Order: sequence, then C-alpha cells, then structure tokens
Amino acid sequence: MSEELLNLTLHVWRQDGPEGSGRFETYQAKDITTHMSFLEMLDVVNEELIEKGGSPIAFDHDCREGICGTCGMVINGVAHGPQKLTTTCQLHMRQFNDGDEIWLEPWRASGFPVIKDLVVDRTALDRIIQAGGYISIRTGSAPEANELPVAKGTADKAMDAAECIGCGACVAACPNASASLFTAAKISHLSLLPQGQPERQDRARKMVAQMDAEGFGGCTNHGECEAVCPKGVSLAWIARMNRELVRAMVKADTPIERRDR
Amino acid sequence: MQRSLTLHQTTIGKKVIMALSGVIIVGFTIGHFLGNLNLYLGPEAMDGYAEKLQSLPPLVWGTRLVLLFAFGVHIGSAFSLWARNMRARGSRYKQHKDLATDYAARTMYWSGPILLLFVVYHLLHFTILPAHPGEVYRNVVEGFQNPVIAGVYIAGNLALGFHIFHGIYSAFQTLGANHPRYNSYRRDLAIAISAAITIGNLSFPISVLAGLVTL
Repeated sequence: MSEELLNLTLHVWRQDGPEGSGRFETYQAKDITTHMSFLEMLDVVNEELIEKGGSPIAFDHDCREGICGTCGMVINGVAHGPQKLTTTCQLHMRQFNDGDEIWLEPWRASGFPVIKDLVVDRTALDRIIQAGGYISIRTGSAPEANELPVAKGTADKAMDAAECIGCGACVAACPNASASLFTAAKISHLSLLPQGQPERQDRARKMVAQMDAEGFGGCTNHGECEAVCPKGVSLAWIARMNRELVRAMVKADTPIERRDR
Repeated sequence: MQRSLTLHQTTIGKKVIMALSGVIIVGFTIGHFLGNLNLYLGPEAMDGYAEKLQSLPPLVWGTRLVLLFAFGVHIGSAFSLWARNMRARGSRYKQHKDLATDYAARTMYWSGPILLLFVVYHLLHFTILPAHPGEVYRNVVEGFQNPVIAGVYIAGNLALGFHIFHGIYSAFQTLGANHPRYNSYRRDLAIAISAAITIGNLSFPISVLAGLVTL
C-alpha cells in the first residue's frame, strides 16, 4: 500500500482461439498507480500493445463494479486474485508491490472452453439455469407486496444464496472443476422461496443433470470454491442441493430425462 | 435416445453412495478396533473372542457380504467420479494456490488405493493365509515382531486415519447435514473418530515392537 508507481512483470496466457494451443507471453506494466483497478492496469498494458501494433490481451469485463460476474481470471494461482470477497474488477493495484511478477490464466475447465486469451465460454452455466433455474409466474404488473408473505429469516437466506453472480470462480478454483457451488446457490435460492415451490421437485434433478452433462466434476468438499467466491456463497448450499436432489429423486413420480450438453 | 436418470447416475448420487458405504465401513472399523483390544487381555481373551465370532457363521458371513458390497460400490463410485474429475479440469494451471483444502482431502485418491492394498494384505496375512490357523494372538504378536510387517500396518493405519477423517467430515456434507450451529462439531467428530481408531490401531504393532505385548 503506497503512493508509488508500480512496475510489474505480467505473464499472460495468450490463446488465439478455442482450437489453438495457448502459451504464456511476458509483458511489462510500467508506471501503474496503486489507485488503478486490476482491469485498468490491463487497459494500460493493452493501450501500449495496440500502439506497438500488437493484439491486445482479451479479457471479459462489463460493469466493473463487482456485481455483474463477467470479469474473472486466475491471478497468481487464485481465482479473482489475492483479495478475499472481491471480483477481478474490484481488485486494486494497491494489493501489489513494485517489481511483482503476476501470472494471469483463464478459468481452466472442460466446461469453460477458452474463447481467446483470458476469455472463456461460460454458457454452460446459462444452460444449467435454463434447465431449471426459473419460476413459472404470471408476468405483468408488479405483484402486491403483501400477497405472498416471506419470513424475514427465509428472505435473508434466499438473498445469501442469490448473491451468486455466476462468475464461475468456483469452477476455476475447484480441484475437480465442479460447478456445485454455482448450481447449489441457484437451486437453494429458489427452493427457499414460496415462488419456487411449484417446480421444486424437478428443479434440482434437472439442474444437477445439466451440471453433469456439461462435463463439470463432482464435489469432494475441499472448500476452494467458497474461499475464492467474491460473494461469499457458502458451502452450506451444496449440502442443501444434495438434500434437495435426494428428496426429489425419492419423492418424484415422473422420471427425469438424461440431458445433453 | 432419452433414458430416465436415477440417483446413482448423478455425481451427487455417487457421492451419496460413497457416503453411505463409507459409514458402513467406518462402523465396521470401529467394531474391528474394539474387538482387537482383546490383544491387551492376553491370548485366551483374543483367541476366545475369535472363536466366539467364528461360531456364529450368519454373523460372520453376513458382515462379510455387507462389507464386500459396501467396498464394491464405494470403489466403483470413487473410480467413476475420479475419471470424471480428471476430465473436468482439461488443461492444468501453471500457477495454483490452495486456500482452503487440507492434506487429507488432497490425498484421498492416494490414501484410498493404499487402503485397498492394505486391506488385501491384511486379509491374506490374518484371515486367508494365517501362519497358525486358530491362534489369533500368536499370529498377531509374531507378525508384529517383524518390523517390516509392523511398518506395513503402521503405514496402512496412517492412510486409514487421513482417509476416514476427510471421509467422515465429507459424509455429513454429502448427506446434506450442514447447519451453522453444528458445523464445527462435524469436524470435531471426524477428528475424534479418526484419531481414536488410528491411535488405537497403531498401538497394537507399536506395543508388540516395544515388547509390551509378548507371546
């Protein structure tokens, strides 16, 4: 933490496309102020690359406010970098020291094919949501607020699960590249609320089937996902997902169909 | 072709099978350890206990069949999940830092196969090809007086300790038992059971090697 300007060495994963084999390229990031965000630092590096006629480092980003879940890369072996409960865009350069070497890698998972450099295809998570992460309600004008009472404690729990922004850091950090924390947060969020009850029986079964079909690994309770999650989504939701699935499998009267990717 | 999906075909279902079969195996391991304490009561107690068990074939064979089934589904599910988890990563990270996991969790794929080899050796040593059939106490003491054999048992039981520590802790999570008020007890219970079994089992070869238990 200082006011000085940082000079950093970046080792960045460069990959031309989904088919190409990647490699690390080394770049110098010069005169970086400690007030810059990590992505702003990459913007500076990219400006210089473009000026020199090179191709800029591709990375995903959107809101840069830590709420959209678009950004994300593995920084020195940790998804979203060294600061806890922080997305890559909200990580600031004051977390680094002058002369640091920084390794940047994309989320690595079979379920997240690399599109280019540090950008990965996370539509697998969208397909898990499409499989069952929804509720069926009559849309239109906003519902009357007191029509469906939700207890404060329940609402708080559902909000905790709903904090997941779907960035995929859990998959990136998991030794098995498992999407359990993401899927569990989404299943739990909806199963806690009265609006989520009509599809409850099918939801866990469909979403877990899709999670498996996408080629993600299984949970082995290492807890790495919880440790890197920028929103602090708890492992407790995975236990709840397991309960939901077993309950649905035992109680269900119609079989669930095998899903394709 | 669409087929219906049943619990054991999901990753979570496989983990549930591993947790339930693990509970059976750990339950047996506790009973097995308690029975072995007869070693400290002398040859009559040990051989008498073994004889009493052998005089109840339904109990012995029932336990063996249940254990064989539990081991079968435990190993089968583990292998299937292992193969899936290997494929799921794709390319390896150049840099990787662990934040939350522990030694026991990271080495499950090692401690598991080591335990399988150890169980096979243990069965051959004492059950299938004992040096002196019927003389359990003598077999144990003579066996453990050999430092190499005692070493195999010490190594096997250390693997057992690490494996069941992560196994017991994980079984709660897999079976859905997670509550903020009780979560610290899950870990404590896993430590207590695995430490009791491991230290207890290690005491047998060590006592014989130290000359505290003799023929």
